[in-house]
Amino acid sequence: MKANKLFIAPAVACLAASLAAGTVQAKEVVVRIGHAGPLSGPAAAFGKDGENGARLAIEDANAKKLQIGGDTVKFELVSEDDQADPRTATTVAQRLTDAGVKGVVGHVTSGASVPAARIYENAGIPMITPSSTSPKLTQQGYKMTFRVIANDLQQGNALGKYAVEQLKATRIAVIDDRTAYGQGLADAFANAVKAAGGQVVGREFTNDKATDFMAILTKVRAANPDVVFYGGMDAQSGPLTRQMKQLGLTAKFLTGDGGCTGEMIKMAGDALSATTYCTQAGIPLDKMPGGAAFRTEFKQRYGSDIHVYAPYSYDATMALIEAMKVANSVEPAKYQPALKALNAQGVTGPLAFDQSGDIKGGAITVYNFSGGRWAPLQTLQ
Amino acid sequence: MTSTSTTLPRPAGFSLDLRLQQPLLIVLAAAAPLVALAFGASWVRVLDFALLYVLLAIGLNLVVGFAGLLDLGYIAFYAVGAYTWAFLASPHFGIHLPFWIVLPLGAAFAALAGIMLGFPTLRLRGDYLAIVTLGFGEIIRIFMNNLNQPINITNGPQGIDMIDPLTIAGIDLSRNLDLFGMQVPSLVLYYYAFLGAVVLALVLVRRLQISRIGRAWAAIREDELAAKAIGIDTRMMKLLAFALGATFGGVSGGLFAAFQGFVSPESFSLMESIVVLTMIVLGGMGNLAGVVFGAIVLTALPELLRHFAVPLQVALFGKTLLDPEVLRMLLLSLAMILMMLWRPAGLLPARTRYAHREGRKA
Amino acid sequence: METLLQQTLNGLVAGSIYALVALGYTMVYGILGLINFAHGEIVMVGALVALQTILFLSSAVPGLPPLVLLLAGVVVAVPACMALGYLIERIGYRRLRNAPRLAPLITAIGVSFLLQTLAMIIWGREFHVFPQLIDTAPMQPVAGVVVSPMQIFTIVVAFTLMGGLMLLVNKSRLGRAMRATAENHRVAGLMGINANGVIAATFIIGSGLAALAGVLFASNYAIAHYSMGFTPGLKAFTAAVLGGIGNLPGAMVGGLVLGLVESFGAGYIEHLSFGFLNSSYQDIFAFMILGAVLIFRPSGLLGERVADRA
Repeated sequence: MKANKLFIAPAVACLAASLAAGTVQAKEVVVRIGHAGPLSGPAAAFGKDGENGARLAIEDANAKKLQIGGDTVKFELVSEDDQADPRTATTVAQRLTDAGVKGVVGHVTSGASVPAARIYENAGIPMITPSSTSPKLTQQGYKMTFRVIANDLQQGNALGKYAVEQLKATRIAVIDDRTAYGQGLADAFANAVKAAGGQVVGREFTNDKATDFMAILTKVRAANPDVVFYGGMDAQSGPLTRQMKQLGLTAKFLTGDGGCTGEMIKMAGDALSATTYCTQAGIPLDKMPGGAAFRTEFKQRYGSDIHVYAPYSYDATMALIEAMKVANSVEPAKYQPALKALNAQGVTGPLAFDQSGDIKGGAITVYNFSGGRWAPLQTLQ
Repeated sequence: MTSTSTTLPRPAGFSLDLRLQQPLLIVLAAAAPLVALAFGASWVRVLDFALLYVLLAIGLNLVVGFAGLLDLGYIAFYAVGAYTWAFLASPHFGIHLPFWIVLPLGAAFAALAGIMLGFPTLRLRGDYLAIVTLGFGEIIRIFMNNLNQPINITNGPQGIDMIDPLTIAGIDLSRNLDLFGMQVPSLVLYYYAFLGAVVLALVLVRRLQISRIGRAWAAIREDELAAKAIGIDTRMMKLLAFALGATFGGVSGGLFAAFQGFVSPESFSLMESIVVLTMIVLGGMGNLAGVVFGAIVLTALPELLRHFAVPLQVALFGKTLLDPEVLRMLLLSLAMILMMLWRPAGLLPARTRYAHREGRKA
Repeated sequence: METLLQQTLNGLVAGSIYALVALGYTMVYGILGLINFAHGEIVMVGALVALQTILFLSSAVPGLPPLVLLLAGVVVAVPACMALGYLIERIGYRRLRNAPRLAPLITAIGVSFLLQTLAMIIWGREFHVFPQLIDTAPMQPVAGVVVSPMQIFTIVVAFTLMGGLMLLVNKSRLGRAMRATAENHRVAGLMGINANGVIAATFIIGSGLAALAGVLFASNYAIAHYSMGFTPGLKAFTAAVLGGIGNLPGAMVGGLVLGLVESFGAGYIEHLSFGFLNSSYQDIFAFMILGAVLIFRPSGLLGERVADRA
């Protein structure tokens, strides 16, 4: 009984507020946009990061009081937690379609995005993932699946070429964490290395909960590589670089966007050096037209730094809204062609999609550790 | 010790005529998705998953509840069933067999896996068995995760997608069905298919329970030595429990793959085994009604927490202190501990004729 | 050759930590016949409590020498874990001592997940950096093998503790009571031994060792995390079974052997299996060993006790 009262009070307040608003702005329509990602579980930080990016985009768009189809549109973010679990992801996708969202930003992990994509496809709601990099996602032949980040193949190819051509590595060891992300990236990287004339002298594996890498690193050391590549997240690449140092393994270290984080700097401590490289899809934020402003705005709004994917989910949200603007409709069936043909400028680079829904010519930037942070070295196209 | 509480008479107002109970349950089960649909399709999806978990719980109950063998790697059989479906009905190998071949095959492979696990390990004592089965579950998962090289069998951590949906009598359950001008959503179709499987399983297990085999299992569970002494082939019976239990896991896994359209090793973690175990512990080991109850409650739990616990916390403290996932973990682990301490027979205890010694040790 | 020696060293470091944890399993199993699933979580609690203490002290009193910090962490973590171990036994297991086998086992699983969840609530989900207060930089290589002071420290501490425990169990009054209780706690009770007290003491000692193992583990790999205890716990249990459950020297040998097997396995399995298997299977060696030992030699490497006492 007591609980009931508690529920009623805010409900009444809401009702009153909406009534009041209704009398002032009769032409305002509310458009819901979904965000789905892990908000709990080990990957929660990435999901929260994505949600923050999407929320910022929504707030920015609302501040502009956009007119779409003759109405003032007020966007509303519906955020759901998929726990990075495939089964939960489908339930969440269903819930978002139930909630009548007009577009979805997400999901964050590939294992969640792949099964969820089928539900959005059937419901005819476009989804744009800010961070799922599995090539599979856009190979399912779905019309409603989009991605604003370079996929594993794109990133792995660029990295492999970079290792051989720029770092002049001939002997390369590759380690991955046997997750969809780590394995996908590492395999693409290894193939690109071979294609560029490099030699993969060691292929080792660990898992995304491991802490002890001494055995595999000892084996890698015996192969005497110039570069060690790791496909996986910061929680492992941090201790991994420490243990490389402990073993006296002085090869250059290269990792993808999962290790290109502030967390990695914290975890690896003094094991980082100028020969520690990582990459991120997109152009360095500070070089983007609104990049530096985005960073400050994000920090101001949330009191914390961008983790990894916030700019991408900001762009994914903006892509949805931009397409709605171009099509002058918030209905998925009407704005989907506009999304397909989109040509806009986001904070991570130009936003345009190819036939399968992948981002066109996604740029990839290599960073190295310098002056206590990741400093951009070079942008690969 | 605590089993005395189970014989307490129910308050008169609550007692329902047994003859009324069954039709009522049937109506309830048949109407459930339509009621859920009114609240949103996602609730129907939750019901669909709940039925898959019921199937899993029934299978695990056969092993743990009936035969008294603690299996902590049960999800491995679910994985075997799911991957069998994925191999034989998806573009992964380009094979597209119909469900009446794939599902029995999945069940058979799962049963085979059950026998393979059971054969060497069944002479181990209860707690050793538990940990070996736990290891088995992890081994299966790790193999599924890594068998994309040197030959690509399972496609590794990327999983297998574009899996064929369940198609019964020419009706593709993944599409909405046009029934005399009425649209029946795919989720509801799946619900009735799964319900059919669950009902079949319940009837089968019920028959088993009161058969010679069921009584033999009960005897083994209560006192293995005595069971052996009265001439029960305990090894054979335990093996049978493992194989049959695994079969249900395999069927459930196959249905899961078809429903989800995607399988990857991350769906078959140790945590899933523990969750299914908690379902039967909560509901009442050995009692079918309890097991079904436990499975439904625990599948719906995250949804219920999301809908009630979060607003309640916001109302009380102004913010969400514990997110639903943490609360769920907390409740699961507390359920396991508290049930064992205070109600080892579960919320709906088995009305056992044979297990009167439960909770006592000579 | 240097690789082989280096892998041996890796295995010894990991193995001595497994051994410390395995002792707790084997003592409890020897006395109660219970797999204390929650034992691995004590390792985690030990590491996180020590981390909290070290972080607090280093910000409250800047400039303390690293060894003092580490010692302070241990001094807080060990009693905290001992108390936790006692509470688990008192609240969770004692009531179930005469219950059917499955009951305490399921409770133990519940306790394990409960501790993980509570740790997640207290310390969050993120990986914490555990300060490496003892140097991990490689010293002058000996025969091509690089050793760090931390690794030497780990092995020395682990062996000292194991020696101490052996003395305690074999020479002291408490030790004799423990051995008697392990034989048969009802009869031991009749002989005037306070069986409850002895069982509590067993949990307390085991938990203390686990806390130390947690600190060593976290210091070696510079990481602390709410789920860091579960897998090492399972592996340590395997080590206990491998050595012969209930047998203290067995747990030590089992721990070291398991550490070596994992290290060599990761290093050489690719050659041994002609490229079919690789280091991605590192985590299944423990389970394979467990299965094989239980099936073919249930009494373990050094065990004299017959495993099946049913």
